[in-house]
Amino acid sequence: MAAIITLSLLAILVLYLGLYKAQKFLLPVSLIGLATAIGFLVRDWQLQAEPAYSGMILFDHFAIAFAILCIAVTAVLLLLIKGYFDDLSHHLAEYYSLLLFSLTGAILVTAYHNFALLFMGIEIMSVALYILVGIRKKDFASNEAALKYFIMGAFSTGFLLFGITLIYGASGSFDLAAIRDYVALGQLPMMFYGGVLLLIVGLLFKVGAAPFHFWTADVYEGAPILITAYMSTVVKIASFAALLRLFSYCFIPVSEFWTPLFLVISGLTLVIGNLSALVQVSFKRMLAYSSISHAGYLLFALVGSQDVAANSLFMYVTAYAVATVVAFGVLIIVKRTTGSDHFEAFNGLSKKNPLMSLLLTVAMLSLAGIPLTAGFIGKFMMFSSLMSGTHIALLVVAIINAAIGICYYLRVVIAMYFKPVENEQVFQVGINYYLVFIILGVVTLLLGIFPNSLLQLI
Amino acid sequence: MNNLFTLLLLPLLTSVILAFIKEQRPAKYVALLLALLNFAATLPFLCLFQADASIQFQQQFDWITALNIRLHIGLDGISLPFVLLTNMLIPLIICTSYRRAVRPGMYALMSFMQVGLLLVFMSLDAFSFYVGWEAALIPIYFICALWGDGDRIRIHLKFFVYTFFGSLLMLLAIIYLGQQAGSYEWSTLKSLNLTAMEQAYIFWAFFIAFAIKIPIFPFHTWQPATYTHAPTTGTMLLAGIMLKMGIFGLVRWLLPLTPHAVHQYGSWVLILAIIGIVYASIIAIKQQDIKRLIAYSSIAHVGLIVAGIFSGSPQGLQGALLQMFNHGVSVVGLFFIMEILSTQLQTRNIQDFGGIATRAPRLAIVFLIILMGAIGLPLTNGFIGEFLLLIGVYKQGVWYAAFAGLTLIFGAVYMLRLYQKTMLGTLAPGASDFQDIKGMDFITLLLISAIVIFLGIFPGSLLQLSEAAVNQLLVDLSTVKSLY
Repeated sequence: MAAIITLSLLAILVLYLGLYKAQKFLLPVSLIGLATAIGFLVRDWQLQAEPAYSGMILFDHFAIAFAILCIAVTAVLLLLIKGYFDDLSHHLAEYYSLLLFSLTGAILVTAYHNFALLFMGIEIMSVALYILVGIRKKDFASNEAALKYFIMGAFSTGFLLFGITLIYGASGSFDLAAIRDYVALGQLPMMFYGGVLLLIVGLLFKVGAAPFHFWTADVYEGAPILITAYMSTVVKIASFAALLRLFSYCFIPVSEFWTPLFLVISGLTLVIGNLSALVQVSFKRMLAYSSISHAGYLLFALVGSQDVAANSLFMYVTAYAVATVVAFGVLIIVKRTTGSDHFEAFNGLSKKNPLMSLLLTVAMLSLAGIPLTAGFIGKFMMFSSLMSGTHIALLVVAIINAAIGICYYLRVVIAMYFKPVENEQVFQVGINYYLVFIILGVVTLLLGIFPNSLLQLI
Repeated sequence: MNNLFTLLLLPLLTSVILAFIKEQRPAKYVALLLALLNFAATLPFLCLFQADASIQFQQQFDWITALNIRLHIGLDGISLPFVLLTNMLIPLIICTSYRRAVRPGMYALMSFMQVGLLLVFMSLDAFSFYVGWEAALIPIYFICALWGDGDRIRIHLKFFVYTFFGSLLMLLAIIYLGQQAGSYEWSTLKSLNLTAMEQAYIFWAFFIAFAIKIPIFPFHTWQPATYTHAPTTGTMLLAGIMLKMGIFGLVRWLLPLTPHAVHQYGSWVLILAIIGIVYASIIAIKQQDIKRLIAYSSIAHVGLIVAGIFSGSPQGLQGALLQMFNHGVSVVGLFFIMEILSTQLQTRNIQDFGGIATRAPRLAIVFLIILMGAIGLPLTNGFIGEFLLLIGVYKQGVWYAAFAGLTLIFGAVYMLRLYQKTMLGTLAPGASDFQDIKGMDFITLLLISAIVIFLGIFPGSLLQLSEAAVNQLLVDLSTVKSLY
């Protein structure tokens, strides 16, 4: 709880720093604040986890692990702001503050123990993002993305709220524990199932799973790259944590009702995400579709065996987030230098900047799930949990898609290594970017080779 | 020095060192030196090896305890020839690039690939096996796509995706086995009691992965283009060592893990392998591109090896192990000679050659020896191998042996045609100033032809290593057969 208070105060403090033009202090203050929040969460790890504030919020190991991951990813993204947003605008404090507010919402979403708080968390997370997506006020694509995101987000919130209402109508409570007890009793009315369905729709909108994915590509493409990175990592991590908590904690007795649904959605998401990613010419849009297809893999955690679900999900999202941040970070540099986010912009990058190319390659291999990278362990865990659930048909779909995935992840590698240099533009890479890339590259390999600590975390 | 992990750590260290050497010449020296060191490190294991069926020099440590995965390696009579072949061919392949301009990065990638290969050959744990399997794929993909020719990007991507898909099928089978057994240990998986149905699924999942790698007809479609458009060093690595991963997989994992399915579907595989032999041989006869010709001949040769493995007889299996060794040596020699010829004449079309023997007598002699080995003439290595393989296949049925035996005839046809069109006849106009081989090239080819003749006269030196292990494997297989 202290972490949430810290983050909220931090966001306000940063806003005031901006008011007094103290731009130099924005990054250090934010990082110290985030570190403090992580410190509070780590302290809570040993404590006996109990729902606090009349059962509103629960910081158990599950919530703490995901919350720390969200904060860490945000901290890394903040490091990348220097050299990206300071070119775009002078109102730097807004970015910091909005990102921190959104992060606060994301933490609430990972730690909710009551539907009211889930709703609030999602709204806090999203409202800040509506602004961030459209923050390039004079850019047409950015405005389009913001509008689309807002309308779609509002719709999905409506579904979510309606679902919560119906479940409340059936069970008489917003509290997860109470609903869990209610579900365990059996004899559930139609209204309850309707509520579950609407909840699924609402949450799947947020994670961008098919067939609710249509906003994803346009919004991801139109938003500033750093915000896209934030959306495809932190927002996804938090939303999946929310999904898993809800379904594995509350709705597990009625799993035969929703499992087939998730099986179909997962398969559909994989196929649509992968096939669409395959035909993209823009690296950014490819990453958008790849994030859809990863949502498909992440859904395996819900339908697979439940005893390893939390750890598998955590491993997978960690690997995914780490690799995605590197990909977007490199994209920022390439876009700034060449003005294009197409695959051609990467041509011959390995000759100009071997280290950056190598680290992007590691990230791509991790996303593709090649051994010795974190992504492989994530895939291995997901496949394992699906295998023990004996969903062989979905597994076959998954491996076909993993093979397709190779094609588009390697496209950027091919461009970097096997295509000739086209222009002599010099890539200027800030020291903060190198720092982030190297740390994340090392994390990817370390988790790929020694994943033990992460696999037994939760 | 008899800790088996040294064999994995040395090449890993080598690749790290080589990654930092940017100059071509020092990179070559260091690469060759370290590869030789690596080969030397293999020799103690060869000397200390007891020729029985046990698994020796075992080493292990807990790797991912959360998933009950241990990095467990060891050597037995089946894996030792593969390890020996790998560590022997890598220095030879480096020697072949000695007089050529090769980017330093290639040696680093090659050494990294060596780590993956050795992990595959030595691991007694399915998870580490898979990790090695994929770890070998990445560097060879980069070698091929970086320095290949023609439509290299598309062709090698196809190769990568094709083999990766096969590996994923295998991964599913490994995950399934691991969950049934609660561990990924080879010995545990082997003693698992699987139903016929389960075995069938696992058999095909493994088989497709291995068949793509080897490649066995009809999974071979990536192979000719990939071999042709890879840099010759890459082709040597692919044909000389990489495809042995598939053969090794069949013997180490497929046969012991799914014995019932092997009895059930073995004859199908045998038929596929024999179709592959005939099919590839006929195509090889019609080839104009000499690199493609050798590529197809390789499909035919490995087809016979696979047929031997599925013959279920000691001769077949022994022959397969011997012949995979021979094939590795010969194919590296053949591709090297092809490289020498084509760089000097700037063409690979067989019609543009002719009469080179008059200009290059040394080349003509070593070429002839290596070629005879590939055809399987007595006193060369290929003879014993093919002989044993055909005995093995014969025990399965006369007709199998009759068709598989066509490889001898066809092999003689396309290989002699290759020799005749390039070395004999009237001197081709482009070849008038052909330089004979000398220096490192000559030494390398001499070494290869020496191995060809040595193994032709003393095949027992290799066969005695694997005899006990092969017999044990067949005993295991036949006890299972009587159970069903």
